[in-house]
Amino acid sequence: MTDKQKNEHEKDIDHVTGVETTGHEWDGLKELNNPLPRWWVWVFIVCIVWSIWYFVIYPAWPVPGGATEGTGGYTQYKELAESQAEITARQEAYLERFEDASFQDILKDPELYAFASAGGAAAFKDNCATCHGTGGAGAKGYPNLNDDDWLWGGTLEDIHQTLEYGVRANNLDTRISQMPAFGKDGLLKREEINAVVDYVLSLSGGKTDGHEAQGAEIFKMQCASCHGADGKGLQEFGAPNLTDKIWLYGGDRQTIFETVYYARAGMMPAWGTRLDENTIKQLTIYLHELGGGE
Amino acid sequence: MSTETVDYNYDVVRKFTLATIFWGIIGFTAGVFIALQMVFPDLNIEPFLSFGRLRPVHTSAVIFAFGGNALFATSYYVVQRTCGVRLWNDKLANFTFWGYQAFIVMAALGYVLGVTQGKEYAEPEWYADLWLTIVWVSYLLVYLVTCIKRKEPHLYVANWFYLSFIITVAVLHLGNNISLPVDIVGAKSYSTWAGVQSAMIQWWYGHNAVGFFLTAGFLGMMYYFVPKQANRPVYSYRLSIVHFWSLIFIYIWAGPHHLHYTALPDWAQTLGMTFSVMLWMPSWGGMINGVMTLSGAWHKLREDPIIQFMIIALAFYGMSTFEGPLMSIRAVNSLSHYTDWTIGHVHSGALGWVGFISFGALYYLVPRLWGRERLYSTKLVSMHLWIATIGIVFYIAAMWVSGIMQGLMWRTYDGMGFLSYSFVETVMAMKPFYMIRVMGGVLYLSGALIMVYNFWRTIRGDVNEKEQMQIQGAVA
Repeated sequence: MTDKQKNEHEKDIDHVTGVETTGHEWDGLKELNNPLPRWWVWVFIVCIVWSIWYFVIYPAWPVPGGATEGTGGYTQYKELAESQAEITARQEAYLERFEDASFQDILKDPELYAFASAGGAAAFKDNCATCHGTGGAGAKGYPNLNDDDWLWGGTLEDIHQTLEYGVRANNLDTRISQMPAFGKDGLLKREEINAVVDYVLSLSGGKTDGHEAQGAEIFKMQCASCHGADGKGLQEFGAPNLTDKIWLYGGDRQTIFETVYYARAGMMPAWGTRLDENTIKQLTIYLHELGGGE
Repeated sequence: MSTETVDYNYDVVRKFTLATIFWGIIGFTAGVFIALQMVFPDLNIEPFLSFGRLRPVHTSAVIFAFGGNALFATSYYVVQRTCGVRLWNDKLANFTFWGYQAFIVMAALGYVLGVTQGKEYAEPEWYADLWLTIVWVSYLLVYLVTCIKRKEPHLYVANWFYLSFIITVAVLHLGNNISLPVDIVGAKSYSTWAGVQSAMIQWWYGHNAVGFFLTAGFLGMMYYFVPKQANRPVYSYRLSIVHFWSLIFIYIWAGPHHLHYTALPDWAQTLGMTFSVMLWMPSWGGMINGVMTLSGAWHKLREDPIIQFMIIALAFYGMSTFEGPLMSIRAVNSLSHYTDWTIGHVHSGALGWVGFISFGALYYLVPRLWGRERLYSTKLVSMHLWIATIGIVFYIAAMWVSGIMQGLMWRTYDGMGFLSYSFVETVMAMKPFYMIRVMGGVLYLSGALIMVYNFWRTIRGDVNEKEQMQIQGAVA
């Protein structure tokens, strides 16, 4: 070891590259004394100079009572406001006319109609798709919005009302109705319910156990007041049409039995308290066009 | 220099080597499984095997269990060999082994049972943190005393990097985990830090875990095993000094780039970003020094799959350390942040750099530690190399595409000022790429299993007969 230190002034040259080593050796490892690559030094310097320039332009260094603000006047609040302004400017080109237009005006004006559809589609995906599906196809308990079947009415005004105040929502003007729990509350006996289920199945041509005649009698007494004598439903109570083979909770015997036994009471929020009026209007148009509005 | 006469402590290195391989397989498998959960949500087996609980199992297993054990194994090997003395204190060294494995098991059990601090890469609760502190201080002592007792006049460059890694990780660990347990028999604790200060401390910790655990530590590994395997001197001593000091000085400031466009003040974001950009060349210094060490021996890159592992590792290192500063720039970050691009970036570093440099070091170490003349099969090393490389390419390409697509979909407004895509539409669009990621992960895992087989045969003392005949033929 000491010999090595003494000999350090003698140059140790790597024979492959002809470059001098540092003269040390560890476990057979040596180091060449190559200079720093020039391009490396220059890129490093450029990065440092660029950073110093950036410190001058942007908020950068903490100082007593705050931080250097930079000569460019940048804050992320400003950047956010600018990006938002750019987007809202695009909407504003339409909004003024849209606000004053009636549904009929909008349907007649291709530009406003396109605006409403685009806005409605965006709002639908963010707010409604969770329950009704991205394409509005619905799920068990959540109506399909693509078909012609409307629980609470499919005119523009009906849809607007449903959106604004919801269904069985926590709101004074919400749409509300309550189907009795015929089995659970002891209004009908088990065989009576089975008979009603037979009758309901027969309305849309389903397979029955042959008690539909008895069921028809009970239906007339218990169900017709909301679902109509013909079973075609009544929109003012949100009572579904039972003849169209469209089932909100399912059309098999077991599910219909459960529906009559326990009743159903789906719920939809009142969007008027969450979305602005323009968005509700856009959604109304979008939904009306989505599923053959009335 | 007659270092061969020193009685090195290989026992503890062998233990850490086996632990590296074991935890590697566990960590890669966990990764493949959670990647599958992203494609098939039904694989979330509630509550113990849900994605939320398995994700830290994967990250901790690959970073701290696989990577950590690899650093222990190689640092203990390198410090002895380059200092020319036996590792100080066998008992304490042995304690660091069992203590560290106990920490890993404690942490993993906690995750699966839902015990977590909720801090990324610092999930273990206070009791595990305290235990790790004891283990880590022991590690520092063993390493430092060995350095002090060295027979060589100078400290080899690999040791600077290993030491900076051990010391800084200790500081980071203590800083980010200061917390108050709710009671002495319960697992729950509350952090001292709150709000934006907590976020800042967390990413000071998180980013420097990348900087000092996954970069400085593995550069230490690189500085020993690349010149050793290439049998060439390190390219530039001056470059190693300048890039070492600039790297450790600049890295520690870069954390705030994880918090662009948040409650963190603008000035702190600017500092994080600029220091990340200034970090580019100091990071690349390590890559240049590693790759250029082959100058005069480029033919080895064609012939030796172990060198290929190391050079591909350095290529991925160079790519990730360019991509990192790029992603830290505010405008780029506004697109990349919260998307899969980040995941792709991390994995090009983790699979490419950390994984490959460790595999290279392991292939160097195993025959030497078990006193075998050569590996069971060099062909299998080559096979591991190519299968794993294709796996990485699948993985990162899929994440780039899905990440950039995701970022662009989030910010797309139509001409009338409405958002064009909902969140769920971006998720649906990413699904095919999630499947490609799974394939990449399966390939990477398969490569590692080939390595395990190769090591098993090597340790048993087997040599592939065909390859043996070829070597003898060449010699004759």
